[in-house]
Amino acid sequence: MNSRINKTFSNDSKKLVTFVTGGDPDLETSKKIINTIAESGADIIEIGMPFSDPMADGPTIQVSSTRAIKQGIDLDDIFSICKNFRSLNDQIPIILMGYYNVIFHYGISSFVDSCQKNGVDGLIIVDLQPEEDPELLNAIELTNLDLIRLITPTTNAERFSTILKHSSGFLYYVTITGITGQNSANIEELNQSINIIKQQTKLPVVSGFGIKNAEQVREVCKVSDGAVVGSSIVKIIEENLNDKNKILTLVANFIKQLKAGIEK
Amino acid sequence: MQNKNSYSQWPDDKGYFGKFGGRYVAETLMPLIIEVEKEYNEIKKDKTFKKDFEYYLEKYVGRPSPLFLAERITKDLKGPKIYFKRDELNHTGAHKINNCMGQILLAKKMGKKRIIAETGAGQHGVATATVCALFNLPCVIYMGEKDIERQSPNVFRMKLLGAEIKCVTSGSKSLKDAMNEALRDWVTNVKNTFYIIGTVAGPHPYPSMVRDFQSIIGKEVKTQIQEAENKLPDLLIACIGGGSNAIGLFHEFLDEPDVKMIAVEAAGLGLKSGKHAASLSGGKPGVLHGNKTYLLQSEKGQIEEAHSISAGLDYPGIGPEHSFLFEEKRVQYISATDDEALEAFQYCCRLEGIIPALEPAHALAILKKIAPSMRPEQVVVMNMCGRGDKDIFTVAKAININIS
Ligand SMILES: Cc1ncc(COP(=O)(O)O)c(C=O)c1O
Repeated sequence: MNSRINKTFSNDSKKLVTFVTGGDPDLETSKKIINTIAESGADIIEIGMPFSDPMADGPTIQVSSTRAIKQGIDLDDIFSICKNFRSLNDQIPIILMGYYNVIFHYGISSFVDSCQKNGVDGLIIVDLQPEEDPELLNAIELTNLDLIRLITPTTNAERFSTILKHSSGFLYYVTITGITGQNSANIEELNQSINIIKQQTKLPVVSGFGIKNAEQVREVCKVSDGAVVGSSIVKIIEENLNDKNKILTLVANFIKQLKAGIEK
Repeated sequence: MQNKNSYSQWPDDKGYFGKFGGRYVAETLMPLIIEVEKEYNEIKKDKTFKKDFEYYLEKYVGRPSPLFLAERITKDLKGPKIYFKRDELNHTGAHKINNCMGQILLAKKMGKKRIIAETGAGQHGVATATVCALFNLPCVIYMGEKDIERQSPNVFRMKLLGAEIKCVTSGSKSLKDAMNEALRDWVTNVKNTFYIIGTVAGPHPYPSMVRDFQSIIGKEVKTQIQEAENKLPDLLIACIGGGSNAIGLFHEFLDEPDVKMIAVEAAGLGLKSGKHAASLSGGKPGVLHGNKTYLLQSEKGQIEEAHSISAGLDYPGIGPEHSFLFEEKRVQYISATDDEALEAFQYCCRLEGIIPALEPAHALAILKKIAPSMRPEQVVVMNMCGRGDKDIFTVAKAININIS
């Protein structure tokens, strides 16, 4: 399939993937942040769907989710962010990331419809593993949407085949056992794990969790096809809530640094 | 396929009770949880495990707990004969230790070196800290800031028992958030840590495993009531937070069509106030903490804060088997308010000389309402699942008495 995600990975360059919570600190600023991230060099954009109980996230993303919910951000707002971005940029893939309850509540087929209408390319649902995702897989079967699955340091040989079976787009390797925004991976171990995954699939493998700066992005990209940076960007928002223009400037500079790290 | 006529065959092999249950967790936890299931299925058949479990329940917990005819209450309510299943007499003062004993033996079998748990009322935390002391394993308890304040006697007990208490300040600062933090700890320390979940919720196999460990309650009742009354009870009644003491009492009787069952949720300030913890009466199906079940949540699928004077019932979800039994209409789910529970709490103290926990006081509140409409030859068993020492400060404050 000629999806945006496949096109993005059609060359060998390493990809910078970014995460911010949709609607943080408010809907309009969030739209601007996402445009800024794209203009500054991100290759793939993940947008977090706020949830009250983000079990796999550390404090930084937890409070960003709370900020968005306090602003009344719901899935329709997230789709409006996607739509706005698509009207300005037709190349960079958008991936929605979050927890299953909000999707379940929205209704799976309505959710998939809205994803298609608003230019979403992929989904990462942290608490939905292959055992529980057939309903969603069914709903996206005839669409261009990729369900991106997570592999972690605890994933064993038995599970690889289960996970790889219906994977598409790329694989997301969670570099640590833990939550977002905490420890960073040991590069040696990361290298070994990615090699094992690469022996079993042709899909690109992107690494995420605990990747905080340009230096780490460069290290991680030596062994994987891309790196995801989330909490460090969200932290910029958290630290500059009173000055939204400053958020945009700082985010732009940070993304450029990360990108330069990859291209060096 | 499941035999439709038996409730005892649930869950199916994917961990579902009808539409509810399953396994909704981060991939990091999946291999471990699958291993927990495998090991649990093994020890279930293992004679040594069964012997050890029974030994500790008898010699350490003090089982079987008595079935006591509450004569003064029976007389006062002018309805059926009312029995209390006295699980408040267990070591540590509640039913929670039945489950902890089972899970700690499993954790040891799996070679785990560290135990974590969440707690609301502190009863599960105390029970977990207790079995950790008994089996010499380090213990970390997650407890919401709000619960640490209102259940201070239990906080001190846990500390005496050698547990480390982690104060949870995120979200609503109560049981739901303690469970989030425990899950975050587990994801981080998955290799050496066993999570002892305190109720019949969480990813498969927890809901059925905890139920199995708690079903000792109903099994004993079945024998005891035969001896006392030479018949099965007409009604079983229990309070319900996550649902472990209720399912523990009910499970043995689910396939007995003549045994009626009532589970009592916490209605807080009233169902209409929006400040309650009645997940079935006031919630909708959703996914949280590893399972699909009824949850208190907003129109948009954000989990809402629960409210109850009882910390042990202050949870916006309920075990998946209860969601199933609710939709099957096998169990009737009713709710009692804070005020009704407080009143029943004091009533029980004065009439039976038993200070109940605020949790079972909710069950008693409903029993008080319905008993007068029942007949004298009928028999009711209420699960007195915890004692109220932990609650005296909360109660004193609620009825405006200064004891500090
Ligand atoms: C005495 C007592 N009863 C009931 C509960 C509620 O839990 P469950 O519904 O799992 O029995 C608790 C929880 O802390 C408790 O301490």
